[in-house]
Amino acid sequence: MDYIPNTDADLSAMLREIGVASFDELVAAIPASLRKFKMELPAALSEPELQRELGAMASRNKPLDALTSFLGAGAYEHFIPSAIDALVSRGELYTAYTPYQAEASQGTLQLLYEYQSLICRLTGMDISNASLYDGGSAVGESAYLALNAHPKRNRIVVSSALHPEYRQILRTYTAGMDIEVVELPTRDGVTDLDALAAATNENTAAVLLQSPNFFGCIEPMQQAGELIKPKGAWFVAVVNPLSLGALRPPGEYGADLAIGEGQPLGIPVSYGGPYVGFLTSSKQLVHKVSGRIVGRSVDTEGREAFCLTLQAREQHIRREKATSNICTNQSLMALRACIFLALMGKRGIREIAELNLRRSHQAADAISRIPGFALKFPHAPFFNEFVVTCPAPAQTICDRLERDGILAGLPLGRFYAGMECDLLVCVTETKLTGDIERLAESLSRAASQKV
Amino acid sequence: MKEPLIFDLSSPGRRACSLPAFDAPAKPLTELVPQDCLRQHDAELPEVSELDVVRHVTRLSQLNFSVDTHFYPLGSCTMKYNPKINDRIASLPGFANLHPYQPASTTQGALAAFDLLEQTLCQITGMDAFTLQPAAGAHGELTGLLLIRAYHTARGNPRRKVIVPDSAHGTNPSSAHLAGYDVVTVPSNKQGEVDIEKFRAVLDEEVAAVMLTNPSTHGVFETNILEVAAMAHKVGALLYYDGANLNALIGLARPGDMGFDVVHLNVHKTFSTPHGGGGPGAGPVGVKKALEPFLPTPRIVRNAADGTFFWNYARPQTIGKMRSFYGSTGILIRALTYILAHGSEGLRRVSEVAIINANYIKAKLKDLYDDPFPQACMHEIVFSGKRQKKQGSSARDIAKRLLDFGFHAPTIYFPMTVPEALMIEPTETESRETLDRFIAAMRQIAEEITTNAEMLHNAPFTMPVTRVDEVKAARELDVNFVKREP
Amino acid sequence: MNIPTDLKYTESHEWVKLSKNNETATIGLTDFAQEELTDIVYLDLPKVGDEIEATTECAVVESVKAASDIYAPLSGKVIEVNQAVLDDPALVNEDAFGKGWLFKIKLADPAELEELLSDSDYEEILSEKERPDEDEDEEK
Repeated sequence: MDYIPNTDADLSAMLREIGVASFDELVAAIPASLRKFKMELPAALSEPELQRELGAMASRNKPLDALTSFLGAGAYEHFIPSAIDALVSRGELYTAYTPYQAEASQGTLQLLYEYQSLICRLTGMDISNASLYDGGSAVGESAYLALNAHPKRNRIVVSSALHPEYRQILRTYTAGMDIEVVELPTRDGVTDLDALAAATNENTAAVLLQSPNFFGCIEPMQQAGELIKPKGAWFVAVVNPLSLGALRPPGEYGADLAIGEGQPLGIPVSYGGPYVGFLTSSKQLVHKVSGRIVGRSVDTEGREAFCLTLQAREQHIRREKATSNICTNQSLMALRACIFLALMGKRGIREIAELNLRRSHQAADAISRIPGFALKFPHAPFFNEFVVTCPAPAQTICDRLERDGILAGLPLGRFYAGMECDLLVCVTETKLTGDIERLAESLSRAASQKV
Repeated sequence: MKEPLIFDLSSPGRRACSLPAFDAPAKPLTELVPQDCLRQHDAELPEVSELDVVRHVTRLSQLNFSVDTHFYPLGSCTMKYNPKINDRIASLPGFANLHPYQPASTTQGALAAFDLLEQTLCQITGMDAFTLQPAAGAHGELTGLLLIRAYHTARGNPRRKVIVPDSAHGTNPSSAHLAGYDVVTVPSNKQGEVDIEKFRAVLDEEVAAVMLTNPSTHGVFETNILEVAAMAHKVGALLYYDGANLNALIGLARPGDMGFDVVHLNVHKTFSTPHGGGGPGAGPVGVKKALEPFLPTPRIVRNAADGTFFWNYARPQTIGKMRSFYGSTGILIRALTYILAHGSEGLRRVSEVAIINANYIKAKLKDLYDDPFPQACMHEIVFSGKRQKKQGSSARDIAKRLLDFGFHAPTIYFPMTVPEALMIEPTETESRETLDRFIAAMRQIAEEITTNAEMLHNAPFTMPVTRVDEVKAARELDVNFVKREP
Repeated sequence: MNIPTDLKYTESHEWVKLSKNNETATIGLTDFAQEELTDIVYLDLPKVGDEIEATTECAVVESVKAASDIYAPLSGKVIEVNQAVLDDPALVNEDAFGKGWLFKIKLADPAELEELLSDSDYEEILSEKERPDEDEDEEK
């Protein structure tokens, strides 16, 4: 199956018009030695065969529809309104190019402007870019930005309760730079503020804290900000945007940058991507922000019109002096987030966030009543995730629950030494009382099973 | 009629979603989390109905050009048709509704798909191993350069410099800089290829990598590629392939055979995944064996005993991670679907037709537009609008005027080595009839310029808006809607 | 092209106006530079107290389609920055040699004055220039 309209007759006629006898004349510049290889791919498939073969591949997976999942840890199962898929699959949005030609791209441009505005309202920040790849690369980009805006500083301070993959990305992104990354310990599930104060000095470009953090705990962001500000370092808040329907937004506790993973806003878990990273900042950093930004202006007749703006920061103009190398971003995913926020609206975003809070606390109560199970951090406030200490290795518990069709959560031993019995459980608004009761029953059974 | 902003449509109390009620005793929120953690004022999101949103977004979509509605002769961007089957497969719950931390026992199909995609990409490029993790081409470049850095570091010296040609994409020098390298630019010769003598002059043992794309951004094949590769390897430098132009070469030649050590691909170019108005893409990176140990973690491994797949995180030399989880699964599945649809012969035909289409445009327009590189082009043709500029219309004017004819603009002012560059890439999915209409439009525009160059300064005339005031946009920055001025 | 005779110049299109005793210098962009850049939309200038070093990058100027580094014509300590151009970068386009001045420095090494160009040297350099291209619109 191919998608080539020109027939052999068309192509022969075109070759004649070009003035060559054969196609090979057009590629005579390719050395003969390079044309000898054999490319071995599976035989071409017709569309019905593709549906059948790839459908069979898909059915070898067990999607969340067929399971009851309490997995979170950076990718969250949430309600996705039907209108989102219906709208983003419109070819005019889906198959459009980056809106460099503003006159032919007002639809994409206005929607991205609305996305930026909605994200600003949610985070309480002044400026949002038009998207980054995902939450993890947003952490990497925030480090580039912070170092760029503090060219004489070379320390990045980061909480060990920041998503372990995000921390790994931060180190990979900065591997070619002469900087040091300092990790802060936690105490009772949240970042140790004494350690933060000690590690943050006049050489610190940025301090990154995630709230809710990887353990689900809400960090003392206000106090942290008060310790960071006097040192002149940028305060980077890594936040779950959906939580901000109920939790205090970063713009209110003095964050210079608020970044994170936008997947909870109407994007399927999709085995890890495509997602969308968001990056917002205070006004003073606007010229350092990486990625595309859409601005509202007028056309030559004075009508409201939109265009990409501040492009002189970007790689296609500034080349090796650009603030980032990002080019293609995640427009269509940003559009999903934009539609999600519009559909949720002022009341819906609060309701969905509050439902997450209530369901997770309902589940935490139920689990902590099971003999042998306890909340690891009983004094730390949490949003929709929490850590449970199990009476057996968490992996063993998970394996047992998998047989009941339940994904109980993420065993933390894979990321944190000494936490082999700890399980990160996520409960969103997609779970109902019955699901929580099943989880509790299953856990209780699993704990009493002999190995 | 101008479509208002979503905020203009808001009316207090209106809503567009319903959620399940909380069916257990509801405590006050302050008993769950302390008051000072809670939001005091609602986020000022709009209050609209579902139909409000649907009409709003639908109407806005109709203001766009897109591949589904218009021809995009956009050089270097490979705006080919995006087959619908790709989306259908990617949206199957078996792919779209998988959590990245699900146990491997429940994701064997996804892992098998990734493994198959890695293998097919190795075949297509002549490389030994691929990572699917990078989220886009530029992200792949940064990954590739960090791999190169790790490779040299493991040999005792990360080296200092990266060589890029003057015709390179802006991402090349930008990525090299972020990976900690100084950028050395080498000029092109008259044929649009790397100038070998000038290349020799900047090549030394402090060069970590040479970044090239082949065909170059001039749309011509680098005939000296084997010599360039040998020279680079002789001083221990690695050769990096920017896959932006791979649509010219599938089945015809492979970067791995040319001597490239690292390649990135843009699946939203070569492998037909949609651009989405600027992403998401995916930028898989392929390497030769010597660089495999450094690839990002985790890697897919097949258990020889039972044929099952699992993720291997135990990779002591890895550069680490470039993004969370494994990559843009939904996009990668689309690329795999496209590759399986074509097979070896089909993919070779893709490149053949892309090359014929480009040369056809070149043959039909070279009398009216300056053609700086007279040899046959590959999948794209770079004209210079120098003649038209002298007559009073810039490349930008030509690009804007094309919109009135129902064609997206070509890439303009790139590569920077060609004055008033007009870079045209038709791709293989356009018919001869479409190309003929495009050629006719370009000829008419050239004619308009000779008679009324002034007129083009105000083009386009038929779009929803005329030229946008970009100076005002930047000087009076409005990137976050606050409220309407009364 | 306007090239005042009472100023000194650099090849990178900065102008320098010296105080009477050569202790301080006012620095700006030439008329040629502002015209090449077209409408200037943003300036990133050094701060008062910063030490700048001759011939190194000390500031950035941005138009819609281009970004250029500004090179320090002389070494010294920044003693004043033109807040008016930060608020309204168009001043550089409107009055490059007057209201569009960028910053003032206290000279570290008056010997560096030897390196600057006279108005006639600068004019000669301009006569050899060609107008460069604009932006690129392409994507990864």
